[in-house]
Amino acid sequence: MAPARPADSTATSGSTLLSAADLARTIDRIAHQILERTAGDAVLLGIPTRGVYLAHRLAERIALFSGRACPSGSLDITLYRDDLRRRPPLALHETRLPDGGVDDATVILVDDVLYSGRTVRAALDALRDHGRPSVVQLAVLVDRGHRQLPIRADYVGKNVPTALADDVVVRLSECDGADSVTLVRSA
Amino acid sequence: MTSTIEAPAITPAALAPTGLRLPRHLLSAGDLDRDAALHVLDTAARIEQAIGGREVRKLPTLRGRTVVNLFYEDSTRTRISFEVAAKRLSADVINFSAKGSSVSKGESLKDTALTLQAMGADAVVCRHSSSGAPQRLSHWVEGHVVNAGDGTHEHPTQALLDAFTLRRHLGELAGRRVVVVGDVLHSRVARSNVLLLSTLGAEVTLVAPPTLLPVGVQTWPCAVSYDLDAALVGADAVMMLRVQQERMSGSFFPTAREYSRSYGLDTRRRNLIAPSGIVLHPGPMNRGMEITPQVADGVGSVIVEQVANGVVVRMAVLYLLLGGEGAA
Repeated sequence: MAPARPADSTATSGSTLLSAADLARTIDRIAHQILERTAGDAVLLGIPTRGVYLAHRLAERIALFSGRACPSGSLDITLYRDDLRRRPPLALHETRLPDGGVDDATVILVDDVLYSGRTVRAALDALRDHGRPSVVQLAVLVDRGHRQLPIRADYVGKNVPTALADDVVVRLSECDGADSVTLVRSA
Repeated sequence: MTSTIEAPAITPAALAPTGLRLPRHLLSAGDLDRDAALHVLDTAARIEQAIGGREVRKLPTLRGRTVVNLFYEDSTRTRISFEVAAKRLSADVINFSAKGSSVSKGESLKDTALTLQAMGADAVVCRHSSSGAPQRLSHWVEGHVVNAGDGTHEHPTQALLDAFTLRRHLGELAGRRVVVVGDVLHSRVARSNVLLLSTLGAEVTLVAPPTLLPVGVQTWPCAVSYDLDAALVGADAVMMLRVQQERMSGSFFPTAREYSRSYGLDTRRRNLIAPSGIVLHPGPMNRGMEITPQVADGVGSVIVEQVANGVVVRMAVLYLLLGGEGAA
């Protein structure tokens, strides 16, 4: 699971992986790829916190490109994590599924950074308790490698080779004031 | 039914990345400060959101943990509520009631506690007719102790579920007027509610005949009145307490009829509270005694909803107490 973001993420320096304009283009590209593979007939579920904003942005772009509304929502995975016994209880986030539910739908899970794959594993478990989608796919903004589970993304914004100690910081205007993705190398 | 308003915005405390730690045991509603209480209520709202309206109403969160329901006193809703809450979180539940156990052979609370300890109970939910029993128990077991009602002392999860219900209908509780009516002397519900609701900023007024008010009530963080009609005017919520015949050794009022006349909630009195006001009762009700059936089943009564909310609130308590057990 993605490591906890430093509290003063605005102050982090590092090499920029995606600028605000890059990020917008990347989201447009993923939206087109999703359209190509699903004809826009998909339900986008973001994983809190930043995955939810990305899912909403993707759904907006898909709706714009296809002319059809694309439902999106959020899926909190905290209660499905596999490290609950190892850390103090975490605050829960919002779960909001689109009205149509997920039964027999093509569900695309959306997250900001794909790392160990444990978040996605938890999301798959959570999704199973909400219904039975016909297909589940995964879209991520950044794939930084170091998988600990056999999980792979269907749509990737950018593949970034990283060292274990590095940190990929995704900032989105909805919660961080500006759009950017930076790679902070360990000292 | 009254309209349910949108749940209040999540407080900054709930957004803290590591979450907030509760005290190790939940023995008194007074142990929770404002942030901790709101954290429990926000967590309950999230859990309700996560399992509401879906096929599998179960979460894997407490898989492999054991919760013991240690009930030395009769209870329907609290015991079942805790059992459902623990099972929805996938914990193993062991129900223990004093009847039909070694307690009837004379086993002490301590020996029973040590037995539970040896069997590896991660949490012990305790109800006892003696005030302070869960507090004693917390010194003897390694697991977390949750007070599910001890004598005439406290019932913190009831206060939490009442606060959850109030918050749902009234929004933030700061400045809201809540009137608690009836047998305050024997009521652990009243004691816990006064502590919790005042922590959350609500103005609580206790109304009871002088014989049913405990000594020292003037030191509680609430107002006290003997005049129900006056207290009810414009109140945001009224909470009726059960007249606890089983704990009454003396005569506290002349007749049930007279009590009902002076301190019972009928339709006329119910109409004195604010138009959007709600009526609560912790149950079980003595219909016709402290509350008339018309009011209990009427507009603005949230008595059945309280029971449903009890499950999610207790899930939140168990999650926050038991989650991260092994963490430093």
